[in-house]
Amino acid sequence: MPDHTYDLIVGLETHVQLSTETKLFCGCSTEFGAQPNTQTCPVCIGMPGSLPVMNREALQLALKTAIALNCEIPEFTKWDRKQYYYPDLPKGYQISQYDLPMSQKGWLEIHDPKGRFQPKKVGIIRAHLEEDAGKSLHDEAAGKADSRIDLNRTGTPLLEIVSAPDIRSTEETRAYLTELKLLLTYLGVSDCNMQEGSLRVDANINLHIHTPQGKVPTPIVEIKNLNSFRFIERALAYEAKRQLEVWQQTGRKLGEAGTFKQTRGWDDAQGVTFAQREKEESSDYRYFPDPDLCPVVTTQAEVEQVRAGLAESPRAIRERLEKAHGITPYDSDVIAAQGRPTVDYYEAVAKAAGDGKKAANWVTQEVLRVLNEQSWTLSQFPLTAASLADLVKRVIAGEIEITRAKEVFNDMVANKRSAADSLQALGITKVDLSELEAICKELVAANPKIVADVKGGKQQAVGALVGQAKKRNPNANPNDVRRICLELIEKM
Amino acid sequence: MSLTRADVEKVSLLGRLRLSEAELDKMTEQLARVVGYVEQLREVNTEGVQPMAHALDMHNVFRDDALAASLPRDAALANAPKRDSECYRVPAVLGE
Amino acid sequence: MTARSAAELIADLNARKVSSAELTKGYLDQIAKHDGRVKAFLLVDPAAALARAKEIDDRRAAGKPVGKLGGLPVAIKDVICTQGVRTTCASRMLENFVPPYDATVVTKLKSADAVLIGKTNMDEFAMGGSTENSAYFKTTNPWDTSRVPGGSSGGAAACLAAGMAPLSIGTDTGGSIRQPAALCSVTGLKPTYGRVSRYGLVAFASSLDQIGPLGRSAEDCAVLLEVLAGHDPRDSTSANLPVPEYSKTVNQPLAGLKLGLVREYFGAGLDAEIEAAVREAVKVYQSLGATVKEVSMPHSKYGIATYYIIAPSEASSNLARYDGVHYGYRTEEKAMLAELAAEQQKLEAAKDQKKLADLDTPLVRLYRQTRAEGFGPEVKRRIMLGTYTLSAGYYDAYYLKALKVRRLIRGDYDQAFEQVDFVVGPTTPSPAFKIGEKSSDPLAMYLEDLYTVTANLAGIGGISIPCGFTKSGLPIGLQMQCRPFDEERLLRAAAMYQRATDWHTKRPKLG
Ligand SMILES: [Mg+2]
Ligand SMILES: [Zn+2]
Repeated sequence: MPDHTYDLIVGLETHVQLSTETKLFCGCSTEFGAQPNTQTCPVCIGMPGSLPVMNREALQLALKTAIALNCEIPEFTKWDRKQYYYPDLPKGYQISQYDLPMSQKGWLEIHDPKGRFQPKKVGIIRAHLEEDAGKSLHDEAAGKADSRIDLNRTGTPLLEIVSAPDIRSTEETRAYLTELKLLLTYLGVSDCNMQEGSLRVDANINLHIHTPQGKVPTPIVEIKNLNSFRFIERALAYEAKRQLEVWQQTGRKLGEAGTFKQTRGWDDAQGVTFAQREKEESSDYRYFPDPDLCPVVTTQAEVEQVRAGLAESPRAIRERLEKAHGITPYDSDVIAAQGRPTVDYYEAVAKAAGDGKKAANWVTQEVLRVLNEQSWTLSQFPLTAASLADLVKRVIAGEIEITRAKEVFNDMVANKRSAADSLQALGITKVDLSELEAICKELVAANPKIVADVKGGKQQAVGALVGQAKKRNPNANPNDVRRICLELIEKM
Repeated sequence: MSLTRADVEKVSLLGRLRLSEAELDKMTEQLARVVGYVEQLREVNTEGVQPMAHALDMHNVFRDDALAASLPRDAALANAPKRDSECYRVPAVLGE
Repeated sequence: MTARSAAELIADLNARKVSSAELTKGYLDQIAKHDGRVKAFLLVDPAAALARAKEIDDRRAAGKPVGKLGGLPVAIKDVICTQGVRTTCASRMLENFVPPYDATVVTKLKSADAVLIGKTNMDEFAMGGSTENSAYFKTTNPWDTSRVPGGSSGGAAACLAAGMAPLSIGTDTGGSIRQPAALCSVTGLKPTYGRVSRYGLVAFASSLDQIGPLGRSAEDCAVLLEVLAGHDPRDSTSANLPVPEYSKTVNQPLAGLKLGLVREYFGAGLDAEIEAAVREAVKVYQSLGATVKEVSMPHSKYGIATYYIIAPSEASSNLARYDGVHYGYRTEEKAMLAELAAEQQKLEAAKDQKKLADLDTPLVRLYRQTRAEGFGPEVKRRIMLGTYTLSAGYYDAYYLKALKVRRLIRGDYDQAFEQVDFVVGPTTPSPAFKIGEKSSDPLAMYLEDLYTVTANLAGIGGISIPCGFTKSGLPIGLQMQCRPFDEERLLRAAAMYQRATDWHTKRPKLG
């Protein structure tokens, strides 16, 4: 059967746990990892008679995020009950937002430092607040045994961020999630810890298959609970292949009678997505306004106040670094991706050294290499920006040549000392020209064979002399030695 | 819009109630009468009327993000019909 | 002794003319004597009540401070959570539910030094107007034990009429305080929505529910409301307003009182004896200097239809939590799973793929079986009705439409209150009916709430006070409704009437 090209169409629903001390509607702790059912109260257990009261901080964190995602913030928003039965949902409904979310119509710009796609704005349809459910601990071995229910997570504040179906590849998917995660981290609204479920992704995916008759859309599938980047990429790749095959076999199109949005799970062990059992009734959530909670009114003034207090976004930082220090998007991306402390460190080095490009090379190559090797955070890194800048300046001044400079850098790190001290310790000093010329004269005299080769046009033969010169004086600058020797041979 | 037995069956699943055939018949008959009665609201002109979901119009009622005591686990689980020392227990929910 | 008003009894307690223990013992004796026939209480713990009374007496004897209620017994409707004390909502579903916390009103009662004398019977989850829907037993009307006491706070009203408590707490979602107060000839106040915290009140319809006092008189209600009312940070819908000293002002008459008689209330369906008694009561007010005018509430006739969409819709959601997982009743699991397996085998044998696909999963069956066994018929009807009115395709036609009519009903009141201080009329269209008389016809039962539901929909306050008896000796109630948070004047108006009449002092002859 003919091989078809297609466009991959992806929209992402991201559930982000907001980093509040307490739950959305009660005073229980949101801390991860406590013993089961030790962080619950009548409210989050949904006990008869209990009532929710909204956490102010959760709304503030949600507003910060929505504004940073360029969303409109409607003046009026309200709470709705989303009703379905599940043992980890003790009230029989989830308090969420339906027709009037707290934010809508924003965008997030994504880019690829490797240039595999052009920078683009991915639309944000809406971001709304809701409470998390608890956990069902299944006996994976036998489906027969009981499931155990832990309600510690029940009521934790979530921000659900719904992207438009603007994403066109796994690279763009990764870029979107990376940028979103970085933004949330810079804003300080979530720890985004995917292992602990602080950031969970559902992906809506279908294909627009190219045919002679035009593009044919396949039915949309929602893949639930993708909790690592690897899962997401593998699941999308698999699902694209699967949808193409299904279409080739059945010819089924989006919107055809009998086709509805299917929900699938990802089995990473098998490397497949699988249909999740769903009764058609289960989609009737019977949303209605929660009578226990009052609506929320947000004035334009409040929005502006939040906007004014926003931390600088990664995007803004990258642009600033490129403009102010003339570095490449690649470098600005690497630096911004490290988080705010590294950005500040880099800028300090760049300013002090007076050369943003060289500062970027040292930070992105040497500093990050050491941090990785030692698995240090920047705060553990022994060199202040000033002392690194001092080294960089000496290199720029030609006082040290680059290969030795890296020895010096390692010595500074290892012994926590200044460039000056390291240079002294390593006995590195600039050799003056007269001394160099003396060395070169002797070498040329002592190596007629090399001289002949050079005269015979084999310039590179002079390299051997450079090596010998370094043996006599390790501080001999190779470029100077090469230049002087060639001049001497010329004259012969 | 008159309520049918099929509606009642569907609703009994949505509302998680198990009704016998006899109960379904009776429920259909009784609900149909009530639904028939409330239909009279259609004659009311509600053009441009704001829905009233709350008895008082209050807004922006918040609490501070301050920790309050949780229940001791035994107290939390005390009313559970089936439990172990740590968790509530239900028949396996795998595949649900 | 049990004939005295709450206000008098508190005075006696503080004057040490009587001890809380003696008083409590007196009411416990009344309960022992009469509750076998009245069946107002679901739970009474004499030992605990007496211990509590003694503790308060000792404190008073030691000259230490004693709260406003000074050791006076108070009965609590069993829909309000009491820490460590079973709270059943008169449902099998909560037969063994022991709340780990106190409702805010219970905390307030305790700190006011009330003696909690017992938990009173009610319609299951407060759904009903006769207390016949209790899963445990039917409460009878002390004035005629072949008749209902009204509901859903039937036990709360009956225990007062039978002298088994001086004060009690009820809840009112569509008339559940005022209607039983009328049928049992006691005084019952449904406060403005938000006046009393709902925290710990097991929800029926959250936007309509309100806790309120029942007593022998408006003065008694004033004493109790003063304790119950106030802002509660644990209830987002509780009003942040100061609480007037109702008990201090209740006996001050109101000059230039303007009463509004609702034209629409006096149409077909209203019992002639009740209409006569209500018009008599209005004459009494005129003799006290009140002016009376007719007001129109054109949308009041849609009250029942509006209420029976909104209340069941909210109830269907509020009662979703009773699923047999975290608390409350659960069906016998083994039997349930065995039956399900048998059904599956039959369908497989019959190769009925359609029915097999529709067959409940074990979890869904656990829910459906548990709820089928745990809820009574009226609760099931309302869950079904509310689930239907919220379901896809019907929301706009029913629920949303009802919310709009609700706004119009509120508008009728706002207009009326521009002209008059209080809206006056009958509390019920008919007196107490025979037990079983209406249980076969839900709609007929619903229509009993005609005059009371609109106050809940509008969120305003209302009171029912005794205003006479039928020839056959059945109590009649006068309802007065007030502007939001105008309870202080409403109670004063009611007290004016009660100083001029003695209907509220009449007691039934108990065999
Ligand atoms: Mg969601
Ligand atoms: Zn909690």
